[in-house]
Amino acid sequence: MANRVAIVGVGRSTQAARRPEVNDAEMINEAVRAALADAQIDINKVQAVLTNSIDGFDNFYLGDCLLVDGTGGYMKSGMKLHTGGTVGSTGAIAAFNMVASGMFDIVLTIGHQKQERGNSMGTLCAAAPGEMREFVQGAIGAFAQAAVQYMKNTGAKLEHAGMVRLKADKNACRNPYAHLRLGLKSIDDVAKSPILIWPLRLLDFCPQSCGACALIVASEKVAKKITKKPVWVADHETVHELQSEVVFGGDEEKSQQIAAKRIYKRNGITNPVRDIDCFEVYEPSSWEEMYLYEHFFLCEHNKGWKMIESGVTEIEREVPVNPSGGVLATNAIGATAMLRIAEAALQIRGDAGEHQVTKDVKTTLSSGLGGTNWTTLVLLKRSL
Amino acid sequence: MSERIGIVAVAQTRYHPNRAEVKEGEMAYEAIKQVLQETGLKYVNDGTGIDAAVSCSQDYWDGRTISSLNVASFLGTHFRSEEKVASDGINAVFYAMMHILSGEHDTVIVTTHCKESMTSPSLVQNHAFEPIFMRVLGLDFLSAAALQATRYMSKHKITPEQCAKVVVKNRGNAKNNPYAQAPMSLTVKDVLNSKMLADPIHDLDAKPVSDGACVMIMAREGKAKKFCKKPIWITGVSNCYEAHYLGDRDLAECKALTKAAKRAYKMAGITNPLKEIDVAEISEKFSYEELLWMEGLGFCERGGAGKVIDSGITKMGGKLPVNPSGGCLSGNPTEVAGMTRVVEAVLQLRNQAGARQVPDARVALAHGTSGVCGQLQTVMILSNS
Repeated sequence: MANRVAIVGVGRSTQAARRPEVNDAEMINEAVRAALADAQIDINKVQAVLTNSIDGFDNFYLGDCLLVDGTGGYMKSGMKLHTGGTVGSTGAIAAFNMVASGMFDIVLTIGHQKQERGNSMGTLCAAAPGEMREFVQGAIGAFAQAAVQYMKNTGAKLEHAGMVRLKADKNACRNPYAHLRLGLKSIDDVAKSPILIWPLRLLDFCPQSCGACALIVASEKVAKKITKKPVWVADHETVHELQSEVVFGGDEEKSQQIAAKRIYKRNGITNPVRDIDCFEVYEPSSWEEMYLYEHFFLCEHNKGWKMIESGVTEIEREVPVNPSGGVLATNAIGATAMLRIAEAALQIRGDAGEHQVTKDVKTTLSSGLGGTNWTTLVLLKRSL
Repeated sequence: MSERIGIVAVAQTRYHPNRAEVKEGEMAYEAIKQVLQETGLKYVNDGTGIDAAVSCSQDYWDGRTISSLNVASFLGTHFRSEEKVASDGINAVFYAMMHILSGEHDTVIVTTHCKESMTSPSLVQNHAFEPIFMRVLGLDFLSAAALQATRYMSKHKITPEQCAKVVVKNRGNAKNNPYAQAPMSLTVKDVLNSKMLADPIHDLDAKPVSDGACVMIMAREGKAKKFCKKPIWITGVSNCYEAHYLGDRDLAECKALTKAAKRAYKMAGITNPLKEIDVAEISEKFSYEELLWMEGLGFCERGGAGKVIDSGITKMGGKLPVNPSGGCLSGNPTEVAGMTRVVEAVLQLRNQAGARQVPDARVALAHGTSGVCGQLQTVMILSNS
């Protein structure tokens, strides 16, 4: 990057299935105020506001304009980005770029979605007109296919998905900003949940949440002035994949591996398990998390299920993955990918509270995922 | 800015009321292939070609989620980077500029497309209003514009004839633009006699439904000079949000535009816009907007735009020709409109604007709006030296 960029403020709204007590602007405002308080600045210091979400999920056309009362964008620069499921991370990356460009010193970026007001399943069915609309399967069908393929290719069993779900819930129960905090006792509790599309059970798939996330991104000069704990953006990568049908998972090299290889190479990461202290990944299904272990080279090919079995990705262990509870616990889609970055930043600062990982976190990797199998990666560091 | 960002190639489709025979991507590719051919650049990862894409479109117009998928395969984005700006196209150009300045990539293709004919514009626009208090009123951009026009015209004594003069000028200018959808030889009377859509806006006071796309390739200074003999430089740019609720604003004013213009002028070192800008392309989706936006841009004092249009200085051959292309009133789709203004400004500065060329244009202004009654205003200053 042309100029150094840091995350200096992190804000999250309450995340829940329904937020009838607030409208979208008010919900966003919870996250914005939290981020400003965290950065210890007021809104007048912010020069630009990015407001990012998926259009059809909350029924807003030009939502950045419509929600300006809640975002704080009044009389400021800004725009809206929308790249599908990756939108929260694209919104963060756009803020990094705006600050790195030297044109802005402080940018506020917001990911939000009040899914109760739209129809995300119906919207997703329109992801590939002519190919997918007829099947009316949305994301669940695509991830069910990926799960079947994973079982077939690797020998993983349903119980491994149960282990991922159990870990997510244990972590979510330590995160006051997680939506689903179920207190699951064992993988039998997961097994009891109803089938959506086999082998995906209700608990194997991400919920529909209402929530917002906000980040305040600052130039080096400003960051050093306003905070003792800036989290530096070391690098980021965006890799799209074009498909006529939406296919996730699978055996061949996809956007995830390509993105990981690129960012590892540029940053001298030869052994990600050793070189990266904490991961916040975008796992819409419990099976996807096992895929991502492999795709980000945290374990050998086809051995992701052994990784969850071994427990190394637990919060106290060597390779903590999704200490926040991840997407399986909280999924306000426009906010989801940004929450991965926000949570990683809190881990680096040591401010994650109850779900702070045991090991000292100096470097994190956050991923975003969207249709059609697009990947974003953000590498954060305590010092550059 | 640490270094200059140049526009090395531009292209646009002919704007048309209904392109039912092509899909969005095919339509955009009509323009995309022109810039690829002109520059000879390819979608490669070795630094010799186009590194990444920034697209601009809207799910609501395209009738699908992630509307950039409609054009992604024409932008070489398979296993590469693309970001979609869901705003007016001029903001995609603004973002692409910052994307390059950030150091992420050197050369970026930017495109925007929209087929307004595929859906009911009024229905789409209704979704741009706050859902609890405003959407249920049935507001769309036309009815909101009628409120703004009424307020603006009554506060500043702007006459329907002065608004109609904008239409006569722009539709007339469009006769010189082979890409314009609806060039027409009109009189003020013709405009005032056209069907009343929403008082005081007549049919000819509003832009027609339009389909089309435009594209450009942008690069950092060193590369821009390699890729093209006459790169056009973005010397100033800014944008600014107004309030959303119409009742929170004085619709006769355009505070956000004033602020965006001030910031863009400061960056470009412009102190007297009327004198220092040679040609302006302004997003006027309704005739009164060209007048109101001229005030916001500081071309005249508040309420003075009626006199400006009467004086003729914004005509071709005038002191500051406004919309030599024919503007949005001659047919540009929403979202594409602002980027079309940039494309036209580039053609002017490259002396490639054909019959609509403003002689010796060196500094151009491009303006775009997004949202209800120009809620998000973007101003860009371009220069050929």
